[in-house]
Amino acid sequence: MSGPVLDIAHMLAGGLVLVSMMMLYQDRLYALLNVFALHSLILTLSVAWQAFVQDAPHLYVTAAIALLFKAIVIPVVLHRMIRQLGIHREIETVVGIGLTMLAGIGLVALATAVMLRVTPQADPLAREDLAFALSVLLLGLLIMVTRRNAVSQVVGFMSLENGLVLAATGAKGMPLVVEISVAFSILIAFIVIGVFLFRIRERFDTVDVRALDDFKGRRRK
Amino acid sequence: MSVFSSVLNSDAVTAVLVIPIVAAALLALLPGYRMPARLNVFASLLTFLAALSLFVTGQPAPGQYLLVDDLNIAFIVLNAFVGFTTSIFSASYIAHELEIGRLTPANLRFYHAMYQIMMFGMNLAFVSNNIGLMWVAVELATLTTVLMVGLYRTHEALEAAWKYFILGSVGIAFALFGTILVYLAAQPVVGEGYDAMVWTILIEHAAAFDPALLNVAFVFLLLGYGTKVGLAPLHAWLPDAHAEGPTPISAVLSGLLLNVALYAVLRFKMLLSANPDALAPGPLMMTMGLVSLIFAAFMLYRRRDIKRLFAYSSIEHMGIIVFAFGLGGPIANFAGLLHMVMHSLTKSAIFFAVGHIAQIKGTQRLSAIRGLTETHPGLGWGLVTGVVAIAGLPPAGIFMSEFLIVSSAFAKQPLLAIPLVFGLLIAFGALLLRLTGAAFGQPRGSVMPADASYIPMYAHLALVLIAGVYLPSPLVAWFQHIANLLR
Repeated sequence: MSGPVLDIAHMLAGGLVLVSMMMLYQDRLYALLNVFALHSLILTLSVAWQAFVQDAPHLYVTAAIALLFKAIVIPVVLHRMIRQLGIHREIETVVGIGLTMLAGIGLVALATAVMLRVTPQADPLAREDLAFALSVLLLGLLIMVTRRNAVSQVVGFMSLENGLVLAATGAKGMPLVVEISVAFSILIAFIVIGVFLFRIRERFDTVDVRALDDFKGRRRK
Repeated sequence: MSVFSSVLNSDAVTAVLVIPIVAAALLALLPGYRMPARLNVFASLLTFLAALSLFVTGQPAPGQYLLVDDLNIAFIVLNAFVGFTTSIFSASYIAHELEIGRLTPANLRFYHAMYQIMMFGMNLAFVSNNIGLMWVAVELATLTTVLMVGLYRTHEALEAAWKYFILGSVGIAFALFGTILVYLAAQPVVGEGYDAMVWTILIEHAAAFDPALLNVAFVFLLLGYGTKVGLAPLHAWLPDAHAEGPTPISAVLSGLLLNVALYAVLRFKMLLSANPDALAPGPLMMTMGLVSLIFAAFMLYRRRDIKRLFAYSSIEHMGIIVFAFGLGGPIANFAGLLHMVMHSLTKSAIFFAVGHIAQIKGTQRLSAIRGLTETHPGLGWGLVTGVVAIAGLPPAGIFMSEFLIVSSAFAKQPLLAIPLVFGLLIAFGALLLRLTGAAFGQPRGSVMPADASYIPMYAHLALVLIAGVYLPSPLVAWFQHIANLLR
């Protein structure tokens, strides 16, 4: 495989990791959503590039879904929801931003160290893509862990899904899973937005998950 | 009866999948509760019969998507049986919930449809021959249970569903990443495309896969599916989901969904064992199993909620089962399988009893439940039998499987046998302590007569007791055969 092909693939996958790192220090919901839209946009470009390089037209479908759904529809819907609920205030993070960033750097280092060591024989395109994908996945987890707010946990989960799509498209010729995982992310997004947020709103007048923790039922355990 | 015979005549595997889906569509449309509840039971019965007919029709050649072998027939039949008995229990449980207004008819329509979709997801996970399809099926089953756990819409139920969803999605992510890694390991050997995800082809060529990649894949798969098995560091969703959802869902969660995830782990363990250079999966599984067992055993003492108590007991037993399969060898695998079947039957029977008890008393607090054998002998003695069985006392089947696991642990890993026995004894003490409080002594709380369905509970308990005294030799031979398959 020639140099420029790899370079562009790596630039896009690396860009995804960078944007994941950017998500870590967003302290407003609107800003977080904008960064997530950017995340999905880069994923779209990355998947489209893979479709072109691997000559796999079905991946264009995945790219289109990522663009339409994750980069446009979901951020817009969440934007509206936040406005209606009136919760566009600061996000309370569990740990400080400095520490979160340090943890993020550590996770990226860990992902790279693990994946590059175990895949010496693999296709170089897949190899580094996997390292980046695992980084995005772990950073997504970190976002979910360090946020109290239900909306930002959902965003963290969707960025984690983006990492999985990156991994699945990087694995050459992988059948079935790309389409289905995308369908699943849509389903999950529906469930989360439709069911949970509205029910949480219905009961608590807030989407702050900490409000749920207060009802943890310690008395009953 | 023409429907009945035509179902038997057609492909049994298809029937196991199609019946729940058709039933789900019907149940989503039907109003009321009496008819849907009956239809739910009927569909579950049909699924069970279709599953049984898998024995008769023989095993079709493995295809690109579906596979029937000796290992998964055992899981499917158990799944369909407990699904059927739980639907009977569910019918009487739901009637009471409707009466006291905790559920509305609209909730019920959703609940019944979800119940069948969940059965579909679990059956699909068992029969799928494609590791990608298996992942999708496990996720489908998980998502439906998330929705059902949140059914009551109380603070606690929402929190439980949210926690289950968040932790479950971590599991989703890890398991899919592991699946992708397995594909990458297979791709250079098997070639690109569908073949590299078909389990029967993978196991044939597993010896030639890159061992390092397989190792990392297994760690992710064990963590991912292990979250759903409820293994110790990742178990936090399990007690909440059991305690806050409707009790029929607690019964299927403990009795069935944990088995589905365990089945996925076992399939990948077989893949790893087939590669001589890959890391041995045993020690990892044994460690996670032991940690779960001991952790859950201690947690049992501090429970004040009856459903949480038995949820922790499920973590404990899943720990024992994973330990047994990690230990490996014909005897430990045999015991692990037996323990899994016995645990599913006993635990769901206990939840049947607990469901009615909590309805009568109007609370799940253990301190409010006293002297059940006096006020409600049917439920009380059922609970006593169930708990005595789950604690591992003879003559129940769990005693036999635990005895086999302990003795083969002493033979193979004497050092690990000590914490195993320690954990078992701690859990035993906790369960009996709680049982004496609930079942005997001065009655407390409401004594209104129980409108319970006793048949599912006593059928399960009878099977467990019979298995402890006498196991038919064809069944033993069959289990031994599966145990050898597992290696």
